[in-house]
Amino acid sequence: MTTQTAEARRGMYIIVVGGGKVGFHLAQELVEANHEVLVIEQDSVKAKEIADELGDIVMEGDGCEATVLDKAGTARADMLLAVTGDDEDNLVACQVAKQRFNVARTVARINNPANEEIFRKLEVDITVSATSAIMAHIEPELPTMQHLIVGMRLKGSGLEIVEIRVPEDSRVVGKRVREVLLPYQSMILLIVGDDAQPRTPTPDTVVRAGDEIIAVTLHESEEALREALMAPPVARSF
Amino acid sequence: MKVVIMGCGRVGAALATEFSREGNDVLVLDTDPAAFRFLPDDYAGETFVGSGIELATLRKIHLDTADAFVSATRGDNRNVMAAQIAKHIFGVPVVASRVFDPLREEMYRNLGLRTINPTRVQSKRLKRIIEAKSDEEANEIVRDFMKQDGV
Repeated sequence: MTTQTAEARRGMYIIVVGGGKVGFHLAQELVEANHEVLVIEQDSVKAKEIADELGDIVMEGDGCEATVLDKAGTARADMLLAVTGDDEDNLVACQVAKQRFNVARTVARINNPANEEIFRKLEVDITVSATSAIMAHIEPELPTMQHLIVGMRLKGSGLEIVEIRVPEDSRVVGKRVREVLLPYQSMILLIVGDDAQPRTPTPDTVVRAGDEIIAVTLHESEEALREALMAPPVARSF
Repeated sequence: MKVVIMGCGRVGAALATEFSREGNDVLVLDTDPAAFRFLPDDYAGETFVGSGIELATLRKIHLDTADAFVSATRGDNRNVMAAQIAKHIFGVPVVASRVFDPLREEMYRNLGLRTINPTRVQSKRLKRIIEAKSDEEANEIVRDFMKQDGV
């Protein structure tokens, strides 16, 4: 019992790969929270700066290299956080930590938000993208929103609730809901007009420019739904 | 066969040239347009300026229709990331990478990528020609190596 409490107080052993701004501040916070921290940084100048500020918690080296991670004691690490400015380095650091050293939890910083899907598929436990986080906050306020916003993910089913604003030149302007062709497993839940009046859509509800549509869709159908509700009419030749 | 090669260095260019001469559909990717100078004038395949670890680029070149993907840039991490994207996101049936770090090479081979590590092979071969009794013997050994690889 006593040992358990002592262990809990000692905190976790956390390896931070990348000693840039993100890595430095992360390490600082974690040290303050009484965790055992090691920062792995390739650049000797940066490594020295961190050591000057935070003490002897820096190792100079390439955090993607198994020999370096071995020396860092990665096998006993509870967590590895890869936060360099290069997504490919963060991915490999996490994969080496998982595959060779069985680290229970790997976290990657993602610089290009398009990579989130890849990292998830390649079994990095957690991904954090500053771009996505900021976009999620400002998107509802952007007047020229050109894509759909994911409001909420439903666990398990792969479905998500999304929000779309119908542009003036959309193919669905003036159409009735029953004439709108939606992708597989998608459904319009709510339409909010310019007057801020929410309307439950019936098959005869007419879609107008500027309407906000709340819909449910599959993650994979996001792009098809965006196309269905936002793209201009298909040009026809007679 | 449709082959996509990432990295138009000496190796990437030589590979592209050979596959193309054998009548395959070849596309070479490189982020630096100047890299395509390594291709011979009669190269009949395509070139594309872009990054092999960017989904948008890979969609543009329709990677999902490729039969094979090879990554041969100077960066190990770029190579294995691109290979994994090709395999797991685009479903390319054959995926091969050059990986300089022997330990990383072994790990990704165990994860199901076709990988090759030039470092170990080359250091062994260099050692053998250094230890040869004479220049003639060293040349003989090199010719042997080349014969083995059909060069």
